[in-house]
Amino acid sequence: MTQDDKTLALTVGPLQYWWARPAMMAFYAEIAESQAQRVVLGEVVCSRRNEYKFDDWVDLARDLKAAGKEVVLATQALVMSEAELRTMRRIAEQDEFAVEAGDASALRVLWQAAQARPGRAGFTVGPHVNVYSREALQEHALLGATRWVPPLELALDAIARINPGASRVAGPAGEVQTEVFVFGRMPLAFSARCFTARHHRLNKDECEFRCQADADGLLLKTGEGDAFLVLNGIQTQSAALHCLLDEGQALRAAGAQAVRLSPCSRGFARVLALFDGVYNRGLDATVARSEMLELGLPGALVNGFAHRQAGMQAATA
Amino acid sequence: MSISAKPALVCPAGSLRALTLAIDAGADAVYLGLKDATNARNFAGLNFDDAQVREGVRYAHARGRQVLMALNTYADARDIGPWQRAVDRAAELGADALIVGDTAVMAYARRVQPQMRLHLSVQASATTYEAIEFYRERYGISRAVLPRVLTMQQVAHVIRNTSAEIEVFGFGSLCVMVEGRCALSSYVTGQSPNTAGVCSPPSAVRWEEKGDGGVDARLGGVLIDHYAADEPRGYPTLCKGRFDVQGERDYALEEPTSLNTLAMLPQLIEAGVKAFKIEGRQRSPSYVAEVTRVWRAAIDAATSGARYSVQPGWSAQLTRWAEGQQHTLGAYDRPWR
Repeated sequence: MTQDDKTLALTVGPLQYWWARPAMMAFYAEIAESQAQRVVLGEVVCSRRNEYKFDDWVDLARDLKAAGKEVVLATQALVMSEAELRTMRRIAEQDEFAVEAGDASALRVLWQAAQARPGRAGFTVGPHVNVYSREALQEHALLGATRWVPPLELALDAIARINPGASRVAGPAGEVQTEVFVFGRMPLAFSARCFTARHHRLNKDECEFRCQADADGLLLKTGEGDAFLVLNGIQTQSAALHCLLDEGQALRAAGAQAVRLSPCSRGFARVLALFDGVYNRGLDATVARSEMLELGLPGALVNGFAHRQAGMQAATA
Repeated sequence: MSISAKPALVCPAGSLRALTLAIDAGADAVYLGLKDATNARNFAGLNFDDAQVREGVRYAHARGRQVLMALNTYADARDIGPWQRAVDRAAELGADALIVGDTAVMAYARRVQPQMRLHLSVQASATTYEAIEFYRERYGISRAVLPRVLTMQQVAHVIRNTSAEIEVFGFGSLCVMVEGRCALSSYVTGQSPNTAGVCSPPSAVRWEEKGDGGVDARLGGVLIDHYAADEPRGYPTLCKGRFDVQGERDYALEEPTSLNTLAMLPQLIEAGVKAFKIEGRQRSPSYVAEVTRVWRAAIDAATSGARYSVQPGWSAQLTRWAEGQQHTLGAYDRPWR
């Protein structure tokens, strides 16, 4: 797939929730037909979500590749057990698909693979690997990274300084591309504790897989009834959705070549079309925003992080 | 157990006063930070200028103890100068090791101050031996501080599979989230541990007296908790508030409680833990002195060869200083998860 300088390529981020197989199949069938150029697959939150095994993800990856998508396999963000390390290694060591590193364990395996097989395709530094400066991105490029998804809390002005279009960080596998998270509930924190199980008064080891009931996570409200956060197993998300629909120019100015949209259970294919329309096809952002508000999305739209404000703020671009 | 196997007691110093009290109470090492955003306790009135670091190092070294400098936030993309200068200052001032989390800082330290010993900060979120070995092979870290998320078995497994020394948290405030991977504070206030060295900063806190004698505790305008007139009030750290999930009001993430691993001390030492860290650079010098004294006694008892049990006096002392006057074994104990 070719891309001119001005296009912001759309990436579908990894699914953060545990959806039953039919819902997931229907979702990715829709993605196969969508404007998305890349799709990131894999269980990134909890290894107890066992309906989809490594081979199932690879099967799905092949289907999406056949449909013309670039596919990336992501490793889990929080790795603690030997079983989780084994899964991470299977993903990081395979050569059929590109890889997104979820943590430093994966960085080590990817670095070793790059040394053992020079010329191996570069990998993506995921949003939960801490890269906050150009020097840190340079360190990851030296390991073989060719794509960077900045941490959610990093402002666009920082992203612009770290990897500007005019002077990209580069390493042995090539220049680093920037892919910015522009849509969806924000993964804000990880814990050893499963908050969903805790809410249901269950231990993590006997969680009864309750998170399957929450297609967009389990809403946590303040004492005043305001939607605040979302419990998603061991992950805590924002209740509001990050939305940089109005920041197309600012994203390009910051050196972004791609944008990441994080799946939600309703209206996602339309969201992809609207972002593509606004960023790449001249659709009016105000029109797109009004339509988005009619889609039944799970929360309000905010953009504070992009503008160096509290993430929950809705700032004017 | 031989004397050489005795793990180090690493205690917090938010001020020169706390440092000297910790040393006098038996700390093997103290850790401190500079007066800026380069460390994860960037609070007003806390931390050290160069002269104070020099004086602290002199005091510690005269007694055969060590000073570790926390340089454990992430260098700001707008100016990483302060982080680089902090590496150089640590070397000039005679610090025994740097506690670091940012690869940009580690790379600089390796290049410019190659003799400086590096400890991997908990803020680097290294939860596996693969991750620790990555930092050891790439940046030569000698020790790693484990995030407070692993079980006892997982801690032992990590130690068996890395040649870096392992330090764990022994006592203090409990992060329920993996350190270094939590943006909850910046979501609400714009400032986080990674970016500004603060969590739920006091500048964003507002207390509102209510008509019934109770009080609302807000952070960035968000209601974190409401205390009735007769309820003890806690600081509104946002993960320790009371929230509503499906109509139930509760501590949905974590209760105000402190980590206390005294009960597991022999197992942790047996597993090969090389150092125990006491949290609390933001706490008072008396906290530091008393907690250090208890832990000195506990480590000495656990390595004396005699039968170990947690002394009632120790628990009573620590309870006084625990958040919400409660303790937990945290993630080391499986049911917590």
